[in-house]
Amino acid sequence: MADENNANGKNGNKTGLLDKVTTGVKDDIQALKTDIPAKAKEQIEGLKDPTKTQVYTSIFRHKHDDTPRNRALGVLSNVFLHLHPAKINRDAVRYSYTWGMGGITFYLFIILTYTGVLLMFYYHPSKVQAFRDVLYLEHDVPFGKILRNMHRWAAHLMVIAVWLHMFRVFLTGSYKKPREFNWNIGVLLLVFTLLLSFTGYLLPDDQLGFWAVTVGTNMARATPLLGHEGPFGSQLGMTPYNDVRFGLLGGSIVDANALLRSYIWHCIGIPIVASVLMIVHFWRVRKDGGISGPAPVMLTEEADKPRRGPKAAGE
Amino acid sequence: MDWRQLWEICSAPDNVPIVALIPLLAFYIYLAWRQAHANDQLIGQLEADPALAKTHHRKTWPFKPGWQKEVHVWPFLLRIEFLGAIIVTIILMIWSITLNAPLEEPANPNLTMNPAKAPWYFLGLQEMLVYFDPWIAGVVMPTMIIIGLMVIPYIDTNPLGSGYYTWKQRRFSISTFLFGFVILWVAMIIIGTFIRGPGWQWFWPGQTWDHNRLIYEVNRDLPDEVPRWLGGPITSNWAKGVFGAIVVGGYYLIGGGAVYSLFRRRMAKDFQRMSLLQFSLMAFLWLTMVALPLKMSLRLLWHIKYVWITPWFNI
Repeated sequence: MADENNANGKNGNKTGLLDKVTTGVKDDIQALKTDIPAKAKEQIEGLKDPTKTQVYTSIFRHKHDDTPRNRALGVLSNVFLHLHPAKINRDAVRYSYTWGMGGITFYLFIILTYTGVLLMFYYHPSKVQAFRDVLYLEHDVPFGKILRNMHRWAAHLMVIAVWLHMFRVFLTGSYKKPREFNWNIGVLLLVFTLLLSFTGYLLPDDQLGFWAVTVGTNMARATPLLGHEGPFGSQLGMTPYNDVRFGLLGGSIVDANALLRSYIWHCIGIPIVASVLMIVHFWRVRKDGGISGPAPVMLTEEADKPRRGPKAAGE
Repeated sequence: MDWRQLWEICSAPDNVPIVALIPLLAFYIYLAWRQAHANDQLIGQLEADPALAKTHHRKTWPFKPGWQKEVHVWPFLLRIEFLGAIIVTIILMIWSITLNAPLEEPANPNLTMNPAKAPWYFLGLQEMLVYFDPWIAGVVMPTMIIIGLMVIPYIDTNPLGSGYYTWKQRRFSISTFLFGFVILWVAMIIIGTFIRGPGWQWFWPGQTWDHNRLIYEVNRDLPDEVPRWLGGPITSNWAKGVFGAIVVGGYYLIGGGAVYSLFRRRMAKDFQRMSLLQFSLMAFLWLTMVALPLKMSLRLLWHIKYVWITPWFNI
């Protein structure tokens, strides 16, 4: 069409250009009116199934359809969930067997890390400020009181949960072959849980914490060989200024150095060690064959016979 | 009956975990006992009927051929974990809203708290200070507890009861652990929390804490109590040391003999499985644990402070 008009005019080229532009724009507008809505419609339709979007497939490495394969992949291809196996014994999910205390302990550790980090924003580990910071936290910081309460009660709950977890593991004989080593890791984790709680006790710098830690660390004076009041301590040259208690407190009394030391052990030292041990603990649970039971009962006469099944071959 | 005093002790924020621990522990002991009882009945039934033992699935829960032995972690385990996390969060939230973490006056080395108590989970050790010198109660005992717990898997050679609750198949190990955990650890904590008042004196629940109460106790040492017809009382330091060594050594020798006799007669199979090292380690740790209540009763019933007196240490 443009070519026919151009043939008659002097300024055919110019009008031709204008014409070209107008028709081009018209064409674009037409396309906007028809193609874009169609494309948008198509893409919105596509969004109705978000599992097919590039963003989704880049995050999740498998489909979401409810198939056994996807259920397994949902666990195995997720960094947080892959601590679990894809499938477990049908009875292993029974609460009466596991009591869930190991999981609760770990969950409380996460809560304590979270609330603990928030508390660190408001706390200075110095004699001048520590107690004031706690007062400030309780009276001025929004939700500061509940934050501190949650941290404290979660710590107490964690101690109880660890004990009950150990109690369950003992009663079900879960420390027996091949889980002996993991029981040992668990004992260390128990000790570190108590130490975490104990080092946190001093941090508010109030009478309660001060005297509890004084009572606690006074026992270190009496360490055999390494404490100045312990057996053979003075014979080995121990004094209040060089014995093991001095090393723990960074001084001969519970003072500024003790506060700083317990802060660093509480917030950095022990959590790192405990986290490493937790990694080993969880990993060994899997490597040692998952949770111990509920296993089929063994009869007394079978005790010294090799077990049936694949395990018998290995022994 | 001083109800106010009782309420003050029970409602002290840091004592609430212990108040919670008692029913929790009772519940879980009941839960374990119920399953152990059911398993023991099943074991008895299967041992009486070898034909059934060959075909039975050996659990107290129903299982039929054709049922799947395993279930998917997603969702059957993850939903429990998720639910558990929610429940713990709710409990923690409610607890934190209703009860404030304790905060006493600022730390003051010149104002001694009376009673000055360690954190509640260490009160068992603090209670031991009444009966033992600090180097034993504060250093040796915690070390022995940790080592004792860690060697459990290596000295318990009984292959039965791995992965299920039972009582019949593990009487010795379960009663030992229950004794150590419930009586020596938890009960001592309860005494330390609810019974011990100012001056670490014994106040029955409901008795008013009298800060001026004095108790005149004459505690004597075992060497002084040796009757005249046996050549006592022993006066020279040298003889006291030798006498104590004989008593303590004799306890382990005679006790070791008794444990040996018990194992040989009542637990012949377990004894056969154990190496000499395993057996002597087990006997030593077991006797050391039993020595605690023995020493406590010596003190409470006969007012005996030390058994073994040397210039360097007293036991």
